[in-house]
Amino acid sequence: MSGYLAYLVFFLIVALTYSIVVMGLNLQWGYTGLFNAGVVGFFAIGAYGTAILTGPDRPELIGGFALPFPAGVVGGMILAALAALLVGLATLRLREEYLAISTFGIAISIQLIGLNFDALTGGAQGLTGIPRPLFSTFGTPGAYNLFYLCLVGTITAIVFAALQVALQSPWGRLLKAIREDETAAASLGKNPALVRLQAFVLGSTLMGLAGGLYVGFIGYVSPLDFLPLLTFQIWAMLIVGGSGNNRGAIVGAVGVWALWTMSGFAISRLLPVHYQSQGGAIQVIIIGLLIVLTLLFRPRGLIGEAQSVSRHAR
Amino acid sequence: MSPLLLEVRDVIAGYRPDLPILHGVSLHVGTAEMVTVIGPNGAGKSTLVKAIAGLVPISAGSVAVEGTEVTNLLTHKLATASIAYVPQTANVFTSLTIDENLKLGASTLSKADAGRRIAKAYEDFPALTQYRGQKAKVLSGGQRQMLAVARALLTEPRLLMLDEPSAGLSPLMVSEVFSRLKTLIATGVSILMVEQNVKAALAISDRTYVLAEGRNRIDGDSAKLAGDTEVAAIYLGAGGRKR
Amino acid sequence: MLQALADGILTGSIIALGAIGLTLTMGILRFANFAHAELITWGAYMALGALAITGTFAGPTPPFSFGLPLVFATLIAVVLTAALALLIDHLVFRPLRSHTSHMTVVFASFGVSLLVRMVILLIFGGSAAYYSNELQIAIRVMPGLRVMPDHVFTLGLTLAIVVALHLFLQKTRLGLSMRALAENPDLVRINGIDTRVVVRWTWVIGAALAAVSGVLYGLTVQLRPEIGFQLLLPLFAAAILGGVGNVFGAVIGGLIVGLAESLSVLFVPAGYKMAVPFFILLAVLYVRPNGIFGALRGGAK
Ligand SMILES: Nc1ncnc2c1ncn2[C@@H]1O[C@H](COP(=O)(O)OP(=O)(O)O)[C@@H](O)[C@H]1O
Ligand SMILES: [Mg+2]
Repeated sequence: MSGYLAYLVFFLIVALTYSIVVMGLNLQWGYTGLFNAGVVGFFAIGAYGTAILTGPDRPELIGGFALPFPAGVVGGMILAALAALLVGLATLRLREEYLAISTFGIAISIQLIGLNFDALTGGAQGLTGIPRPLFSTFGTPGAYNLFYLCLVGTITAIVFAALQVALQSPWGRLLKAIREDETAAASLGKNPALVRLQAFVLGSTLMGLAGGLYVGFIGYVSPLDFLPLLTFQIWAMLIVGGSGNNRGAIVGAVGVWALWTMSGFAISRLLPVHYQSQGGAIQVIIIGLLIVLTLLFRPRGLIGEAQSVSRHAR
Repeated sequence: MSPLLLEVRDVIAGYRPDLPILHGVSLHVGTAEMVTVIGPNGAGKSTLVKAIAGLVPISAGSVAVEGTEVTNLLTHKLATASIAYVPQTANVFTSLTIDENLKLGASTLSKADAGRRIAKAYEDFPALTQYRGQKAKVLSGGQRQMLAVARALLTEPRLLMLDEPSAGLSPLMVSEVFSRLKTLIATGVSILMVEQNVKAALAISDRTYVLAEGRNRIDGDSAKLAGDTEVAAIYLGAGGRKR
Repeated sequence: MLQALADGILTGSIIALGAIGLTLTMGILRFANFAHAELITWGAYMALGALAITGTFAGPTPPFSFGLPLVFATLIAVVLTAALALLIDHLVFRPLRSHTSHMTVVFASFGVSLLVRMVILLIFGGSAAYYSNELQIAIRVMPGLRVMPDHVFTLGLTLAIVVALHLFLQKTRLGLSMRALAENPDLVRINGIDTRVVVRWTWVIGAALAAVSGVLYGLTVQLRPEIGFQLLLPLFAAAILGGVGNVFGAVIGGLIVGLAESLSVLFVPAGYKMAVPFFILLAVLYVRPNGIFGALRGGAK
């Protein structure tokens, strides 16, 4: 029984971490209409940034600054923001597709750096022995995980509340106005490209934050945790939960992650050993179908866009 | 009595289902008749011709050509319905040559017919000949209008719909275009023309419809309307009495 | 150095073929299709499947490593890839095009790309595959430069396809309609042309080019379910570099990207090769967003 409970805690920590990524993506897509095809890249930047800043000093590595955990996370967020600025500045005044293509490119590049820049990222082995914040304070791993769940839960709640405030603020209304009628907003003397850039950078910063929290929990980084597949999973969470709605974003994160985990269990139980690799493909096909079918048949997702948005459009 | 060439009845249409622009517009055009539609900016004149051409969905009402209903026509079947349409803006392909613009306009015809009619178009609009192989973006506004009309006539339509053909043209060009249209009428073609230039519209056409805020306001013989103070009032924004 | 140049031109010509299809669909259908690269993978594997079914009913035609069976299989792959493209358009893109924001279609293509890749993985498995086990002997053209006959074939075929496509676009009614559609779809309809037919042919041509480029990739490198995913960035970089909608631009763009990838190995570790197209792309977007030859439809808003 306690085994299940421990697993539930573990599951929720990961799901809530992803829900912060989903809220970041929601700010970009749901509220601003920006297509980020490289979510995993910004998540990875936050994770690697935190690991490099907080990790122990080792002679063969460039990093290992042994900074306190919060400083590491903030550093990771800043790096993610800078990467977002790089592609945002290049593309946000151009055709909308160009942002999608560039974010896809940055994710690929980050993956390559993770795999190849051994002196910084530890290469294929990754970086291990990253200190977990306050780990020694809690005696058992079980107690520590419970603490970490509270930490991630609190941060998720703060991000959620802060986003609600931001979206109700004049800035949030401007965002909505630009999404619905760019020319009208521009004629009011606002600079749509600048506002879009702000939303894009802020969303990517949240993804970096989640990456830092992820590293703090598992205590190492490895390129295997940042496969392109994660981008699709995050998108599925957003689309299923309903974009333009942060409550939906959290529900979608937990729901899709549960579906992913359970389908993994089911496949490992039911499929014969030599079909296991195909089983992985089936799991991913479920994610792909989830995205495409929700887009086609329930474009508003399970919870749907907040009412105010569609009222505005009338 | 033979059916009217074009009959539009109580058409409700708009770009979005929840936001009609035309609130029940009616008009008709007879054979070899020139009819103009005038009205203030944003009255829905362009929307009306677009709706007839199947580019804006009609949610109620009907459009008929010679008694055959063509409401919500698939736009590519315009020529089959004997209609040709010259839009207000972007009415030539600037990235294609003059020749290619005409070939495209003739692509529903057999190769032989297309060749013959394109040759005739160059005879009728000799100004275009010297630009045959050049991109249409080199043409002046008046020349583009010529090209657009020449293209529209390739399919030998019974009805030609023109949306503000005189906009942005020099007075000389305007009278050139209008005199062309007059000759067309003489060959039995009917014309439905949207115009901003009220004076010219009333002077050239047989009948005129005045549209405001997506509704018919006044219509009648152009000669009579020319002296109507109400027409002027609508343009000054006072709004006329319902007919 | 010489060898790197030759390799770059080879990779470049494969990228070019894929990028032509992408630039056509981007210019004419007006959206960045993330699933285009998966059509390349699909085409490559359909040819593999066709080979498996027909068997090698005739031996290779020297000096090439392949013969009639692969040519036949490629034709089948072209048909099956066109069929997949039309199916995707019918089931996913068309319904979304009519009633949602433009980016939703782009996003849907992103989801579709994952589905296609996984279906291929499911059917064919994840390990590398080859059309033929015959070892080909490289011919030494001059000191420091060896080429495989297959590579020469690839180049020649690319060249032939580009010329044929150019003639098609310039000389036929359908080609004319496709160029017109890229500029103004409504005016094409007003001209009496059913744009749905033109759209369908655009898919068929783009998919056919994708299938051929997939087979050539499989012939000269190897087959893996990820080839499309790995080609996606080079294809986009080539299409945007050459100017969206511009067929010759895509070819030049493809060659530049291929050469840059291959020459980059002289300066940075080979592991970073895949990032080269991204930096080309960023540079183009910062410096000349319409591409070197200008886009058919404005790249800048
Ligand atoms: N493509 C469009 N989408 C939405 N609304 C439009 C579009 N084109 C025109 N409208 C609106 O339809 C109304 C009538 O426009 P239009 O028919 O072009 O007027 P007119 O040609 O009489 O000047 C205007 O309020 C205009 O804002
Ligand atoms: Mg108008």
